[in-house]
Amino acid sequence: MPDPIELTLRHQMNSRDERNLLDHTVQGIVGSPLDRPEGPLKVRGTATYADEDHPPGTVYGWLVRSTVGKGWVVGLNTSELRAMPGVLAVIRDDRLIRNPAQGQAGKAPYQGPAEVFYKGQPIAVVVAETMEQARDAALAARAQYDDRTDKGVFTPERASYETPPKKQATQGDLDKEMDAAAFRVDLEYTTPTMSHSAMEPHAAVAWWEDGQLKVRGSYQMLKHNVEELADALGISPKKVRILSPYVGGGFGSKLGISHEAVGAAIAAQKVGRPVAIALHRRQVYETTMRRSESRQRVRLACDRDGQLTAVGHEAWVSNLPGERFSEPVTQATPFTYRGENRLIGHHVGRLNITAAGSMRAPGEAIGVPVTEAALDELAEAAGLCPVELRLRNIPDKDPTTGKPYSGNRLADCLRRGAESFGWADRPQPGTRRDGEWLIGMGMTSAIRVNMLENSAARVTLAADGTALVETDMTDIGTGSYAILTQIAAEVLGLPMDRVTTMLGDSDLPASSGSGGSFGAASAGSSVMLAAQAVRDRLAERMGCDPGELTLKDGTAIAGNRQRQIVDLLAGDSLQGTGEIEPGTTSQDHRQACWGAQFAEVAVSSVTGEVQVRRLSAVFATGRILNPKTARSQCIGGMIFGIGQALHEEVMTDPRDGGFVNRDLAEYHIPANLDVPHIDVEFLDDRDPYANPMQAKGIGELACCGTAGAIVNAIANATGKRFHHFPVTLDKVLAKLD
Amino acid sequence: MEISLTVNGAQHRLRLDDPRVTLLDALRQHLGLTGTKKGCDHGQCGACTVMLDGRRMNACLSLAVMHDGDAITTIEGIGTAEALAPMQAAFIRHDGFQCGYCTPGQIVSATAMLDELRQGWPSQMSADLTAPQFTDDEIRERMSGNLCRCSCYPNIVDAIRDAAEAPA
Repeated sequence: MPDPIELTLRHQMNSRDERNLLDHTVQGIVGSPLDRPEGPLKVRGTATYADEDHPPGTVYGWLVRSTVGKGWVVGLNTSELRAMPGVLAVIRDDRLIRNPAQGQAGKAPYQGPAEVFYKGQPIAVVVAETMEQARDAALAARAQYDDRTDKGVFTPERASYETPPKKQATQGDLDKEMDAAAFRVDLEYTTPTMSHSAMEPHAAVAWWEDGQLKVRGSYQMLKHNVEELADALGISPKKVRILSPYVGGGFGSKLGISHEAVGAAIAAQKVGRPVAIALHRRQVYETTMRRSESRQRVRLACDRDGQLTAVGHEAWVSNLPGERFSEPVTQATPFTYRGENRLIGHHVGRLNITAAGSMRAPGEAIGVPVTEAALDELAEAAGLCPVELRLRNIPDKDPTTGKPYSGNRLADCLRRGAESFGWADRPQPGTRRDGEWLIGMGMTSAIRVNMLENSAARVTLAADGTALVETDMTDIGTGSYAILTQIAAEVLGLPMDRVTTMLGDSDLPASSGSGGSFGAASAGSSVMLAAQAVRDRLAERMGCDPGELTLKDGTAIAGNRQRQIVDLLAGDSLQGTGEIEPGTTSQDHRQACWGAQFAEVAVSSVTGEVQVRRLSAVFATGRILNPKTARSQCIGGMIFGIGQALHEEVMTDPRDGGFVNRDLAEYHIPANLDVPHIDVEFLDDRDPYANPMQAKGIGELACCGTAGAIVNAIANATGKRFHHFPVTLDKVLAKLD
Repeated sequence: MEISLTVNGAQHRLRLDDPRVTLLDALRQHLGLTGTKKGCDHGQCGACTVMLDGRRMNACLSLAVMHDGDAITTIEGIGTAEALAPMQAAFIRHDGFQCGYCTPGQIVSATAMLDELRQGWPSQMSADLTAPQFTDDEIRERMSGNLCRCSCYPNIVDAIRDAAEAPA
């Protein structure tokens, strides 16, 4: 086969997209609710995840972990362990990491297993012929410590908080306005430590071939993960290849390289065989990432017309010493609602508890439900309908920076959502009953920032008229396989079954990876550009301008001329590389994703149990690439919100910071019966400032607010307010008469 | 020790040097049947659901040596690449999965669950314990042992209802 003809198309978002290519193609695939192309593999169990498809001769590693909350490891019964059946190595290596890398870190996290910063921190790896032998030996490990647990800080109450100057902001005089305003609320909320709890536990299989390291792992952002792993091992990133063809859920927990990859790579080097380390579920809870707990103070004031005049939002969150990430709780507050007097506060406490990192919509996921719950109280104080209060306070431009919005459809979402949910039927607080059940309705706005990241992809149109899409992008359940195949097929005018998409291999062109809801927009734009480069060459071969070319079902049409694409290719294959880069439109315009959510709950007056009876949402978030997978993302996000409102809370032991509930029986993610019918509607929307596809993020937006709608519904049902998430039975019972 | 295990109709002689090997790890590591997933290893998530003589069970909670002579059905024994089972096709059509990790367990569980319902087994959601009806709440209750963090539950319920109503 001759080499393909290489074509490149780069685009930096420095101006509004005028071409709107995907509204002018005619294949009819983008925007259609198509099934996932990898679906048959997933329903048959033949899609292979990290801890599968082991190379021959694979042996097994198991993490040994600290049993103290702070201190130093000064010894380990290594020779005893080494003598146990099947044990090949007991590894204490300075390259082992303290905690996983943060998203997009691109370098190793804190290394060195000698100093213990939290209970459960990995301090060694045992390698044995079988998983059972490795686990047994790890359980028999006895470390000696210089135990400083008494010096540890394990509760927010005891933490000292840093106040980074760059994360504080004030406008006007909040205190003065709070005293003067007609209506005001000054409220304090808490949200707990939460766990991503992806269904696939973190796992990695590592092996070395001619000095090159290969890792099958479960990771979200391969280009960064390669750099992180190489840095941790002290080798060149060129020597590292990571394969993550299928990722069993991430939600942010697999953004950065983690213990299992570094441990397996070091172990494979030492024993000269492939090593697999699959974290046990409890290790996932205790050693990977958590969402930080938060304490939040919200101050809101409005005038007699319900115009907001003061907006204050302060947050206290935590992380391990030295970690730069801190949950950006107030992220949406500066740009969502009006108010001349504003205050943003952000404080980070240092705790000896498992590292905090990004979890689905870091910031808005816990910040928006809280401000939206406070708004509900302000609406009540002002005697206004909560929807009306929001509608009266949607600014014309970002009230903090004065920048224009790239588009703001919040009002449309609120109006449409209220109508389709039947919001007008909302009862007076504490007045509607259905037997033992108190019934209530609540609502929230849904807001999440929109982002674009550097991303590259390759699209090869072969001489036979089939296309191959290649990028190191991952599909963590988000639908990357579906939408990237759709985008290439749409732009090239091919049926879906003529396009194949290869993902999850770090040797492929480097994408944004999956995170921050920027994956579809970033990787999708790069695929669109790559396909567009090929399309432009087809136009040239047709002798027409790209704008005059129509591609459909393998046929090229220009004016009254029509040719088969395979004839235009004439034995050549065309290989387009597409690269998207963020540009000035990210700075000039406030880009955000918008929605409104409505909930109906029933609260048992006998047990305090809360059942969500209905959930309904309207979103405006740019072009919807695939309404089927987009809807699934949204219902998944909203169900995350059910867990957040009602069930999910990691409890830590105040004596040593250990996780008390550290598995799926004790940390309660929603189960099937917790979930009612869910309605999701997308408004027809385009954002020309976001990217050339005019699409925006979805997966995180859906969970930004849901928990607020649910607690507002509980307040409507019971006439009582709850300020501490999750609203569990004991908290409800204590307030019911 | 050696045991005889019939998996998806095929008989295997399985040499186990270690009595601690669970049925789940025997399937995944010894027989290479990785369709059955390990989500928690504690019987909490349902990702490892298989059928033992037609009844669903969590393979992680059982040791392989306890199954000498038993017949196990895994996801690999349900449908074929050429002809998916109606339940599998319905999961694709209704987008009853996202990441896909819990999916084999959901499908095996749903397949066995429909049989339990046909045989009249009651559940907590059955208004009449002697004649449970095929309602969405029955599906939700009976599928609550299979967790899905992507939270495709509404689509899973739709898929199961659709598959149950499809002609056999």
